[in-house]
Amino acid sequence: MSNKLIDLVHISKTYGTNTVLDNLDLYIRENEFLTLLGPSGCGKTTTLRIIGGFETPDSGQVIFDGKDITALPPNKRQLNTVFQRYALFSHMNIAENIAFGLKIKNKTKKYIDDKIRYALKLVNLDGYENRMPDSLSGGQQQRIAIARAIVNEPKVLLLDEPLGALDLKLRQDMQYELIRLKNELGITFVYVTHDQEEALTMSDTIVVMNQGYIQQIGTPETIYNEPENAFVADFIGDSNILSGIMLKDRLVNILGTPFQCVDEGFGTNTPVDVVIRPEDVNLVKPEDGMIRGIVTHLIFKGVHYEMEVMANNYEWLVHSTDMFPVGTEVGIRVVPFDIQIMNKPISEDEEAVNIEA
Amino acid sequence: MKRRRLLAGPYLFWSVSFIIIPLFLIVCYGLTKADGGFTLENAAHITTPENLKALGLSLLLAFLCTLICLVLAYPLAMILSQSSISQSSFIVLIFILPMWMNFLLRTLAWQTLLEKNGVINTFLSFLHLPQINIINTPYAIVLGMVYDFLPFMVLPIYNVLIKLDKDMINAARDLGANSAQTFVKIILPQSIPGVISGITMVFVPAMTTFVISDLLGGGKVLLIGNVIEQTFKQGSNWHLGSGLSLVLMIFVIASMGIVNKYDKGQSGGSF
Ligand SMILES: Nc1ncnc2c1ncn2[C@@H]1O[C@H](COP(=O)(O)OP(=O)(O)OP(=O)(O)O)[C@@H](O)[C@H]1O
Ligand SMILES: [Mg+2]
Repeated sequence: MSNKLIDLVHISKTYGTNTVLDNLDLYIRENEFLTLLGPSGCGKTTTLRIIGGFETPDSGQVIFDGKDITALPPNKRQLNTVFQRYALFSHMNIAENIAFGLKIKNKTKKYIDDKIRYALKLVNLDGYENRMPDSLSGGQQQRIAIARAIVNEPKVLLLDEPLGALDLKLRQDMQYELIRLKNELGITFVYVTHDQEEALTMSDTIVVMNQGYIQQIGTPETIYNEPENAFVADFIGDSNILSGIMLKDRLVNILGTPFQCVDEGFGTNTPVDVVIRPEDVNLVKPEDGMIRGIVTHLIFKGVHYEMEVMANNYEWLVHSTDMFPVGTEVGIRVVPFDIQIMNKPISEDEEAVNIEA
Repeated sequence: MKRRRLLAGPYLFWSVSFIIIPLFLIVCYGLTKADGGFTLENAAHITTPENLKALGLSLLLAFLCTLICLVLAYPLAMILSQSSISQSSFIVLIFILPMWMNFLLRTLAWQTLLEKNGVINTFLSFLHLPQINIINTPYAIVLGMVYDFLPFMVLPIYNVLIKLDKDMINAARDLGANSAQTFVKIILPQSIPGVISGITMVFVPAMTTFVISDLLGGGKVLLIGNVIEQTFKQGSNWHLGSGLSLVLMIFVIASMGIVNKYDKGQSGGSF
């Protein structure tokens, strides 16, 4: 998992006056499961299409295994794509669809037949060989698109929201199947989704994008626990994002109340953004809290209760297994370790952050 | 339901009065003698040598015209569907523009162009090049038909090509197909419906035309359309004319049947 298999260097792409990618740098290591995560229209598909060769960047290079493949047509690239809208060949049956790439490569009939059977089993659609794509449901078509790509045993598989049309149960099954595939076949995955939960479950590395800029690259744990800016914090899971002032190392003023924290190096009296995850807000008796508030909303979510607490002029989002009825006065406590301090956006790159957040 | 029937009213009226009734009249006239008795003689009249010759020539010329149109139209439709909006609308305009003019006028224009001392020959002799004398021959008729009917081949093919899912083509490339393979295995089979309707829209009028053969054939080349026209107008024999029309109609329907069957056989089979 060390050497760079794909390296995107200074990639820019503009459609008309719409700059979709601006000087993007990103590398993908061998056998990595890398996820591009971001809101609709942030350039995920565009990035994937540039890797796949369906789109040429205006500037920058795509390096594959040490070679510059920026100008190489898709059929010469050692990677396969699962398209966002399946793109099955509607005039061919399922078996012919799956066999397409193998026939081009002149594989033997026996090899092809074995592969078709194997792939259909894998995506849980045995016996669908002679059906036509139009007669399949969206989820089934999506799984055929996956089967059609993996039979070619590519070095890299590019997947554009491949599970979007599946129901929750099937999606979870397919998530495990994809991870198993990755481990068994040693395929590198570049995966696009706007579902943060899916990204957290499956990825080795998550790339959070917004408006064509990379906001943060990291493991699921880092992205969740140590978001680098307010956009990432907001996009990955629910969170309380508050304005604060870093009084000195390990002490931050939040809404007028000083809180102990563990961050250092922000200087003194620096304006910062503070992230506190809702599950890290502890509700206690009013007299035990660092600040006091009134419960304003209460929803049962299954695993926990979701509450909103009005305190110091801010609606705190709280997840807790304990229930406090609306109107109750409560105290709020946060342990220092759960307070995440972030710099306020300064550069133009990070400006994009606030628009969405 | 009631409302829908109400809305369908005008169409129903239209198709009954202008399609069903005339068709019924043709069948009635075609299958009866002047005294009103039933007969197949009118239709059987197609087997006279000169009528058979006209029918054969019509089939041949219509086939040639369709073939030439297809060969010209497909690449053009490809180029159109791939060029940017502004480019393609310009090319489309160039194609549509002549269609705004009456088709008789356009055919007459060809007559003037092709005449022995017409524009083209004058120009050729000016350049000291050999003259072309195709006016009043089947060649001139095919030329006129191709010119008149080409847009009817281009548009349906262009329509399917423009609607083709670009990602389907991308997927084929992605799976290793080069552009030629992508064309043969994806684009061509996907565009068959457009080709079929293009063939229908060119073959049927080409098969039945009498105006183009009149104007560019100079009355020397008889197509089945001319034979029928003359039977109606000069011979004033409605029974015989209808009988021959029936035969022609059967020929056209049969040809379309063959084309459609070929289409089904194509898409159902393996690639
Ligand atoms: N062919 C194109 N021509 C013009 N603009 C385009 C084209 N393709 C994409 N765009 C624009 O580029 C931006 C990014 O598009 P992209 O498809 O990469 O988004 P995405 O992150 O995949 O979004 P989604 O989650 O909705 O699929 C969008 O604003 C889109 O309108
Ligand atoms: Mg997309």
